[in-house]
Amino acid sequence: MYRVKQLSVFLENRKGSLAAATQLLGASGLNLLALSIAETDNFGIARLIVSDTQDGVSRLRASGYTVRTTDVLVACVPDRPNGLTEILRILEKEDISVEYLYSFVRNSGFNALIIFRVSDTERAMQILKNNGIEMLTQAQVDTL
Amino acid sequence: MNKIWNPEIECMDRAEIIKLQNERLRNVVKYEYDRVPLYRERMDKKGVKPEDIRTIEDLKYLPFTEKTDLRDTFPYGLFAADKKDIVRIQGSSGTTGKPIVSGYTQNDIDIWTEMMARTLTAGNADQDSIIQVCYGYGLFTGGLGAHQGSSKIGAMTIPMSSGNTARQLMMMEEMGTTHLCCTPSYALYLGESIREMGIDRSRLNLKCGFLGAEPWTEEMRAEIESLLGIDALDIYGLTEISGPGVSFECLEKNGMHVNEDHVIPEIIDPATEMPLPYGQKGELVFTTITKTGMPMLRYRTHDICILHDEKCACGRTIVRMERLMGRTDDMLVIRGVNVFPSQIESVLVGVRGVAPHYMLIVDRKKATDSLEIQVEVTDDMFSDSIGGLDLIKKEIAEKIKSVVGIKAEITLVAPHTIPRSEGKAKRIIDKRNL
Repeated sequence: MYRVKQLSVFLENRKGSLAAATQLLGASGLNLLALSIAETDNFGIARLIVSDTQDGVSRLRASGYTVRTTDVLVACVPDRPNGLTEILRILEKEDISVEYLYSFVRNSGFNALIIFRVSDTERAMQILKNNGIEMLTQAQVDTL
Repeated sequence: MNKIWNPEIECMDRAEIIKLQNERLRNVVKYEYDRVPLYRERMDKKGVKPEDIRTIEDLKYLPFTEKTDLRDTFPYGLFAADKKDIVRIQGSSGTTGKPIVSGYTQNDIDIWTEMMARTLTAGNADQDSIIQVCYGYGLFTGGLGAHQGSSKIGAMTIPMSSGNTARQLMMMEEMGTTHLCCTPSYALYLGESIREMGIDRSRLNLKCGFLGAEPWTEEMRAEIESLLGIDALDIYGLTEISGPGVSFECLEKNGMHVNEDHVIPEIIDPATEMPLPYGQKGELVFTTITKTGMPMLRYRTHDICILHDEKCACGRTIVRMERLMGRTDDMLVIRGVNVFPSQIESVLVGVRGVAPHYMLIVDRKKATDSLEIQVEVTDDMFSDSIGGLDLIKKEIAEKIKSVVGIKAEITLVAPHTIPRSEGKAKRIIDKRNL
């Protein structure tokens, strides 16, 4: 129930390619809630959480972008020293690896919102829940 | 001073050469007709009998041979000699991953060796010379071809094969190499390495280089000559005809002398396929007239050049061919390897999720050819992870290496960024300006 849809877009590593993609989303009235970029020498992958994933996918695709959606977890991490470490240790103990993570543009209260892409989403969800880590649902994300 | 290995042939009166060619042409046409079904069928279809071919003027009645004929009849289809008489196989990369092979009888090896002996002698190499062969040894004709010629003239032959530049330079310096056989781009690379490594050029004994297997320019010649302090001579050859030594430059550097007692060169208009006179630009076509293993009638090289029949200042009377001016097809020569875009395409469509839209970018950096292949990223191959995309790049690069035989840099580009065209797609950007 805590699976949140993330959009991944292939971008060439050249001037203006990110702006072109975000402008397209903006023009469609879609809000960027979170964003991170993984880059190599000649290409990058922009990972986005937007206010309407399905709409985002179809608009990007219609404009010729290579897009896919991925399930991620959004956890509320206490905004204090070692807040993140605690969560990472929980996952490590259960042998779940974190492929990447990045944070939300917004936060809620005293918590930072961290997006996790892990090796086993289903199990990570259960474990974090059992350890009392608060996570956001897609519906909650959509109304941020 | 110009040394000549076989002045009797190389400086023969033109009328005598043509007489020799007429006689040998009649023999080879009959030989092919009797022994190779493909030639018999093609000649029958054109209504040409072996006895119709009397002189080289009659060449135009004979059917052509294409590289695809070698591929389609792979491996033995065009062999004219019995297998027991074939003593060597050489080959090059074909158009679809299958190599193109040629079978040599001992007679053919001897002819090829003679042609290379003439080639090396034209650069004043003799039994006092120390010849370092940095062409690859193997199916590729470069290494063994140069080696055989070098042995024939009695030179001290150093069979280094390709690669390992530091070792090449060490041997060159310590052994006192006088002559070098390699590709022009490798000669340039050696020259630059000598400068970078701070090797004292006065410790080298280099005099001349026999450079071939890829197209090059007069500008490159000037650079190689000044970097290495040598005469850089152009040599030409192809596996289908024999290998290096089909034609060679002398120290006059005024075109490559074609070994006309073994091959007849023609220039044709590639559109009308009609022969063109000396001095006119067109496609180079060869007929071998002495080979017995796998002789070729009117083999289309798809190389564009001009032939001249005036006597050279060196004394040779055999026809000269100018530096190659390009191709009539889309074949690329990259690091001495023949590459067809269709080969690359066949690899790409075989990789899951890869669209058949690609662009080949060929460049020459630091004297070495580079091949970049741009591939569009499709939804099917896109996996949200950098590692996943890198794996696909690696898979493509490995398949290209195994099928085409060269290393390529794979660049992933956004969909629909490679230009589509209505007619024949433009898939090659060659920045080398050759």
